[in-house]
Amino acid sequence: MSEQNDPSSAEAGAEQPSHGLGLLVGLPLICAAILGGWTLWRQTAELDDIESRQLAWGTILDLTREHIVLTLVTTAIVLVTAVPLGILLTRPAFRRLSTPVVGFANAGQAAPVIGIIVLLAMWIGFGFRAAVISLGLYAFLPVLRNTIVGLQQVDPTLVEAARGMGMSGFDVLRRVELPLAIPIIMAGVRTALVLVVGTASFATFINAGGLGALIVTGITLFRNSVLISGALIIAVLALLIDWAGRVFERIATPKGLS
Amino acid sequence: MSTASTEAAEPRDARDTGEARSADRSVSGAEIVFDDVTKTYPGQTAPAVDSLSLTIPAGQVVMFVGPSGCGKTTSLKMINRLHEPTSGTITIDGEDIRSKDETELRRHIGYVIQGGSLFPHMSVRDNIALVPRLLGWDKKRVASRVDELLDLVGLSPERYRDRYPRELSGGQQQRVGVARGLAADPPVLLMDEPFGAVDPITRQRLQDELMSIQEELQKTIVCVTHDIDEAIKLGDRILILQEGANIAQYDTPANILAAPANSFVEDFVGSDSSLKQLALMRVSELDLHDAVTARVGDDGAEAARAARSARQGGVIVLDDKRRPAAWVGLREAERVGTLRASSRDLEVVDHRATLNDALDSMLAASHGGVLVTGRRDEFLGVLEFDTVTEHIQTLTREARTGESDEYAITPSEDELQDSSVEDDTGSGSKHGSEDDADPSRGEQA
Repeated sequence: MSEQNDPSSAEAGAEQPSHGLGLLVGLPLICAAILGGWTLWRQTAELDDIESRQLAWGTILDLTREHIVLTLVTTAIVLVTAVPLGILLTRPAFRRLSTPVVGFANAGQAAPVIGIIVLLAMWIGFGFRAAVISLGLYAFLPVLRNTIVGLQQVDPTLVEAARGMGMSGFDVLRRVELPLAIPIIMAGVRTALVLVVGTASFATFINAGGLGALIVTGITLFRNSVLISGALIIAVLALLIDWAGRVFERIATPKGLS
Repeated sequence: MSTASTEAAEPRDARDTGEARSADRSVSGAEIVFDDVTKTYPGQTAPAVDSLSLTIPAGQVVMFVGPSGCGKTTSLKMINRLHEPTSGTITIDGEDIRSKDETELRRHIGYVIQGGSLFPHMSVRDNIALVPRLLGWDKKRVASRVDELLDLVGLSPERYRDRYPRELSGGQQQRVGVARGLAADPPVLLMDEPFGAVDPITRQRLQDELMSIQEELQKTIVCVTHDIDEAIKLGDRILILQEGANIAQYDTPANILAAPANSFVEDFVGSDSSLKQLALMRVSELDLHDAVTARVGDDGAEAARAARSARQGGVIVLDDKRRPAAWVGLREAERVGTLRASSRDLEVVDHRATLNDALDSMLAASHGGVLVTGRRDEFLGVLEFDTVTEHIQTLTREARTGESDEYAITPSEDELQDSSVEDDTGSGSKHGSEDDADPSRGEQA
């Protein structure tokens, strides 16, 4: 039974579930410290017109909210598409297709987001929709791959035992295969979240909002304070989302596996 | 046929008549019939199972044995339709298994797999309750059934029902696996190498337990194994298969040992088949020695005095349910004062264990005897090494007077004792005893 959590049994490249308790407690503390430091600086520093407009609390909160919405919507769409596709590709009838589909997903991740996002925007119009699609293409692979690997690493004798006991194919999937694959699937989702948080910064190029705006403004107007503030908040956001993913992973992992 | 094997067969025959009688006991098993069943896997020319016809009587244990790739597992899995036959029919209780929905069929056939194959994310309770819940039993009935089954396989419900499989030892997992197979009280139980993944001593215990469960339940059990000793021990009948699931022999263990149908069976059973007849004899067939017993908490010195006056070398300490808790020498008993349960594993065999198992345990413990327990592990007596060897010698003598070159269960007492010294390290492997005994057999021949 231990091979369920044995990293070597999963296909190379699949993100592994993690169970470090230290990170779980330490990470939010570190993030709080960074944010606290930045707030202190923001309150005390002398800002010029551009800076104070860009770093106004209202603006920053709006941009952060946009960034988070972009991330969550993209991840949710990836989840409801990649997980079912992964399940489908591990069913006997479609197993042969898994190699070409993973290959296609690989291409999606290999293509630079900045390129795709601009091309897509020119095709389907600037804004939120194009950003979500291109980010989704980028984040699709880890979720798909981990779903496939997670289901494949379920001990086939357990699946046969379940069938031999009289569970229908759907029962086996729902009550045996998915619960046993959850840790690995969740690790893929966490990876996707972190990828999207980072790359959502590009959304600003196609007028889809997000904290990338601070970075772009900082660069174009030579305001390092704005540039660094944007980078800092995005980094903290990525760390926090990764942390939330870990917490969720823990909750979702069935008792008896961890 | 040699007299030796007839002798050895007798107890088994007694058991067989017992089964004939069992018709009026409650046989909950169902008859399984294979009629000209062939299975060819796609992409293969040679069939894995080639027109197999076979009747498995209700309430019996039939062991499928054979070399790997002989089609025994395929044959087993066709019974619950994990594999579909290419042609031919299989009936259970007269009903074609294809007349039912396959999940429905499987819910009424117990399935036990090597190592238990418990679902690691489900508690022991949920594992056992799986099929009853699929069948839509109500909560109360499921809960009481889980406890009942845990009791049956010798695990305390309070302690084990909420545990997860990884918190159990291999033997315990296998026990839960058996309980899960029996959960919905199916008439037929399929077992696929059920005890392959546990150590020899645990395997022996599990086999004994399965036999006492079967005595109570009278299921039809089909069990695949590659271990001929296990087949001889557990089977009412043994099906020996050759490649393509061709039947080499299908008979009672005694008959197979006494009269192998062909050279394949002879090779498979082994040249020392007469030694294997030790596996046909049960501990319960021999006289047990009484022993001086005491309860946990009794005074050691007093117990030792009683033992001395009874000319015994040790005292057997029992717990409050009369289960053996310790086996202490006289000096030790005097020294400790109050008698306590031993922390070491005791050398205990079930009264249904074979002489083979009993000798194994003695060699492993390098004790001159072994404790015998009965129902619910209650202490029955001590089986002495001398009793076993005497019995063997009697059989051998009787065999010699019958047919001189087919005697066999031979080694003289001294030689066996030597081997027990050699085996002092207590490896306790199943074959240890046989290998050790072999040379002495050669000497006598």
